[in-house]
Amino acid sequence: MAQITVRDLALGYDSHVIADKLNFSVSSGDYLCIVGENGSGKTTLMKTLLHLQPPVKGEILIGDGLKANEIGYLPQQTVVQKDFPASVSEIVLSGFQGQMGFRPFYNSGEKAIARENMERMGILSLANRCYRDLSGGQQQRVLLARALCATRKVLLLDEPVSGLDPKVTLDMYELIQELNQEGITIIMISHDIAASVRYASHILHVGREIFFGTTEEYRESSIGKFFLQQQEGGADDVG
Amino acid sequence: MWDKLALYLQYPFVRYAIIVGVLIALCSSLLGVTLVLKRFSFIGDGLSHVAFGAMAIAAVLNFSNEMLIVLPITVISAILLLRSGQNAKIKGDAAIAMISVGALAFGYLIMNLFSTSSNLSGDVCSTLFGSTSILTLTVREVALCAVLSVAVVVVFVLFYHKIFAVTFDENFAKATGTNADAYNLLIAIVIAVIIVLAMNLVGSLLISALVIFPALSAMRLFRSFKSVTIFSAIISVVCAFLGILISILGGTPVGSTIVAVDVAAFGICYLIGMFKGE
Repeated sequence: MAQITVRDLALGYDSHVIADKLNFSVSSGDYLCIVGENGSGKTTLMKTLLHLQPPVKGEILIGDGLKANEIGYLPQQTVVQKDFPASVSEIVLSGFQGQMGFRPFYNSGEKAIARENMERMGILSLANRCYRDLSGGQQQRVLLARALCATRKVLLLDEPVSGLDPKVTLDMYELIQELNQEGITIIMISHDIAASVRYASHILHVGREIFFGTTEEYRESSIGKFFLQQQEGGADDVG
Repeated sequence: MWDKLALYLQYPFVRYAIIVGVLIALCSSLLGVTLVLKRFSFIGDGLSHVAFGAMAIAAVLNFSNEMLIVLPITVISAILLLRSGQNAKIKGDAAIAMISVGALAFGYLIMNLFSTSSNLSGDVCSTLFGSTSILTLTVREVALCAVLSVAVVVVFVLFYHKIFAVTFDENFAKATGTNADAYNLLIAIVIAVIIVLAMNLVGSLLISALVIFPALSAMRLFRSFKSVTIFSAIISVVCAFLGILISILGGTPVGSTIVAVDVAAFGICYLIGMFKGE
């Protein structure tokens, strides 16, 4: 049984449909990349998966012992966070909020797991630093550590490398791959098709045409070939 | 000067004013950090004008205890304003401006048309600037204020981590199962209670200062949510205390003196922050 199954999903705001007839499923340990042009509904799909907005049509089923709030989330940075006075450990600990119910304070077990996650992300030495003073890559690691506090099962990442320099981007991809190899299901929105086909096990392409299948199938499909070629052409300019 | 102060402190109304002033300053500073970060700095202003309008209605209807009508109306307005946050047809800042000016106009209109008081402009002025009401508190009002203040502080401490999570990243909190809407509602209610309390101290025009200045001062100097919150509470209490003492000694209006001290404190914090290499 798949962890997340999407059937006949239509996405949009109010009744304005952006993307229609989405069908795909994600099983434990998968690494799914969601690719497509700007405005094709990638971020809306992610918000719908997280129950932040209702689907226009269709359904999202969760199974395999996954609960609705066991999906960790790495959002794009918001304006509010740019000048937010918060220390790294405060942010990482806040990942536990969803599981705490009405308990007002963190217990020692949660503090230990938060430390562990900070260590894994290589940010333990920054624990008392202010979030807004960190570099982009470090900030992403903080948010990743927070997401790991919220779940051990599924991580949704929204453009995790946007705005990072090439070296840091590579580190980030390696880190995500390590998490995937530890058994965490990864669902990632990406602009970077070349990296997507390198790391992902499955690809979901949203847009006028919709494709869902393994990365191998995507490479062979006409839509995949077209986009890979286009991006390689673009990548030459960047170097 | 000290003799004069000691003499004044013998009067119970002076002691009441200091107690209430310090309590209100403490409460108003706690949520200031959240409001500033959520880009809701002006909500205090808007809500206090609503409270002004409600007070006018209460005065015209000859309510003996105006709290009964002012508090519910302000709470409802706070809920409407904070709810409208993300996807309303009228955006947050416009909604606040609309409600605030509208309520102010209606309040004054009602007072003008139906007031039985002989000193109308005096009444309006004291509601807007809080002039003397803090010096005429009864024991019951002081007790009510103390109870509400303690409630605000307790709620804030119990929900401190949740308020942080919802303020820092509402979407993440919602996605991982925190009931963010409920906490936004809680924040709205607490704000409304604080505003109604603070009207006695600084009047409805100056409340925003009490909410945002301590938070902004603390954000100049500190870099974690906890230290910013604690320091803004301290700075707010100290400023309110100093402000009341100065106004007693110098015979200046209480509310505006406190705000002036808050502004001065912000200036000092700004300079220190600059020298620390901001």
